[in-house]
Amino acid sequence: MRTNDRLVAFLMLLPSLVLLSIFVYGFIGRTAWVSLTNWGADASQALALNPELAFVGFENYRKLFTGLIDVRFRQDLVNTFFFTVFFLLGTLGLGLGLAILLDQKVRFEAVFRTIFLFPFALAFIVTGTVWRWMLQPAGGVNVLPELVGLPALELRWLTTREQIWQFDWNTVPAYLAGTAAAFFAYAAWRAWRDRRRVRAGVHGAVTVGLLGWALSGTPGVTLLPYPEPHGFNVAFVGIVVAAVWQLSGYTMALYLAGLRGVPEDLREAARVDGASEFGVYRHVVLPLLGPITLSAMIILGHISLKIFDLIWAMAGADNATTDVPALLMYLRSFRANRFAEGAAIAMVLLIMVALVIVPYLRSSLKGEVRR
Amino acid sequence: MSVATRDAGLDLGRRRSGGRRGRFRWVIYALLLLATAFYLLPVYLVVVTALKEPAEITLADTWRLPETWNWGSFVTAWEAFAPTLRNSLVLAVSATAGSALLGSLNGYVLSKWRFPGANVVFPLMLFGMFIPYQAILIPLFQFLRDVGLYGDLSGLILTHVVYGLPITTLIFRNFYAEIPDEMLDAAKIDGAGFFGIYARILFPLSVSGFVVVVIWQFTQIWNEFLFAVTLTRQETQPITVALANLAGGEAVNWNLPMAGSILAALPTLLIYVVLGRYFIRGLLAGSVKG
Repeated sequence: MRTNDRLVAFLMLLPSLVLLSIFVYGFIGRTAWVSLTNWGADASQALALNPELAFVGFENYRKLFTGLIDVRFRQDLVNTFFFTVFFLLGTLGLGLGLAILLDQKVRFEAVFRTIFLFPFALAFIVTGTVWRWMLQPAGGVNVLPELVGLPALELRWLTTREQIWQFDWNTVPAYLAGTAAAFFAYAAWRAWRDRRRVRAGVHGAVTVGLLGWALSGTPGVTLLPYPEPHGFNVAFVGIVVAAVWQLSGYTMALYLAGLRGVPEDLREAARVDGASEFGVYRHVVLPLLGPITLSAMIILGHISLKIFDLIWAMAGADNATTDVPALLMYLRSFRANRFAEGAAIAMVLLIMVALVIVPYLRSSLKGEVRR
Repeated sequence: MSVATRDAGLDLGRRRSGGRRGRFRWVIYALLLLATAFYLLPVYLVVVTALKEPAEITLADTWRLPETWNWGSFVTAWEAFAPTLRNSLVLAVSATAGSALLGSLNGYVLSKWRFPGANVVFPLMLFGMFIPYQAILIPLFQFLRDVGLYGDLSGLILTHVVYGLPITTLIFRNFYAEIPDEMLDAAKIDGAGFFGIYARILFPLSVSGFVVVVIWQFTQIWNEFLFAVTLTRQETQPITVALANLAGGEAVNWNLPMAGSILAALPTLLIYVVLGRYFIRGLLAGSVKG
């Protein structure tokens, strides 16, 4: 009887497991395979029901990172990087600020909370449509100062082609190696502190090796035979503002839940010890919000890497200046029918998201088991 | 130092800190009102624009109230969007129902009928929630075309049911984990089997779990765009695709996309305002443990 029920239980779960293993892992495998073929290179084959695919190895990836034509993809990666940085700073900063304000026993707290969080219920398409209208060059936000008698702004939201903080694409490996070196240096320091000399030595050696390779100009890796400048497209500022408008309420809700979790005794004790209200936050409350910040960074970070519809609605799918990999994948695959290139972009996107999500899932579930 | 003075000192300290807070109280409210303006300005602009006559909408006067209140935009928008609103409704309701029911069963199995390997299976399921859907879009498109569901609403429903499974399973698993095992053990002794326990104990207890999952899924599916734009044809488009097409077009009267935005936003906003508590619970569940 009991074993029978266990079998029934497993059988109930089985359809979902089969569906997910096909639709998630089977399809990812299929995309990975497509990304190694030439599907779409021959336009006549592109939309055939059974296209003849030839294996071309990592050619599509090589083109993305070092090919002459795919400069747009590289700028897209840079766009995603800057967008993510400013989007995270904006949502975390504003969310924390609002949560602290609401934590001061204000009147009408529920009303404020409702107002700050409502954009989260909207579709990115709706937010994008609305903010596109807000950011019209000769209207909306730009003419807002005129209401109080000031001259109108002349910001070219979304349409400017201005680019700041330029760097050469060929320096990217060096920056990556430098970042990796920083992680290894941290690991070495921790191992040293825990008196694990061998481990510290290995990590230290890797740090030195990576730094040496980066500082000597990354010999062995030449991305492009010529300098290729990329930078932060200023046209993204408006998109960041809209994205922060939509999602800062989410961080506010997270932070507010965290602040409410700090026991009043703890704050009171700090006050008795002579801490100012500011000091209570600085030394008692904020350090306790670290884990919340980390999980918010991961959730928002993976949203940011995948951002697609907001940009489509605000700047259009075809605006190269505000393009991101998630959008380019769609255009390459379903507009240009170059499926192999689209699949390669999708795999790069998947790897970036996995780098963020997999460690998070691991630590999050491990903690759960321990509990 | 006597107890009395220590108490007095504590009291004094409290009063002092309260007083300091009191003096800066207006700053707090000023900042909150400033933030409120930031969040509500777009709402004002949308409503005002939607209510203007097309001829009255000029960039320089975007913030002015309408001279004549033109409710016609909503009529026009309603007529233009009615079929896509219907598509969105059919899609969101059926995909929500499907993924919620399956997720409830899965959550029940994963929390109460632990089997070997569950610790490996569950994270592998969850990962499906976070992947960029671009990574499965090409094979999905091929698959739906091969089985004849491409461009059909049922293909999109199937898609949303499948990719909704990870989050619904997660929420239900966490929900059922809080129902004590002893209750189930008692039922087992009384002779209840797998389905008996589900139907008599868990299902009746999971009303608020269902509310959270249904709200979350309905909102996500209603608002979704990537699957919708890739896998539908003109006549099966959900509202998000229709709105994006309208607003992206050249030489558009802005009152129409603004009225359309309101129509597209109303269902999820209504849910948020009426069932906010459950909405937030779903939102926190989305970050795995909350």
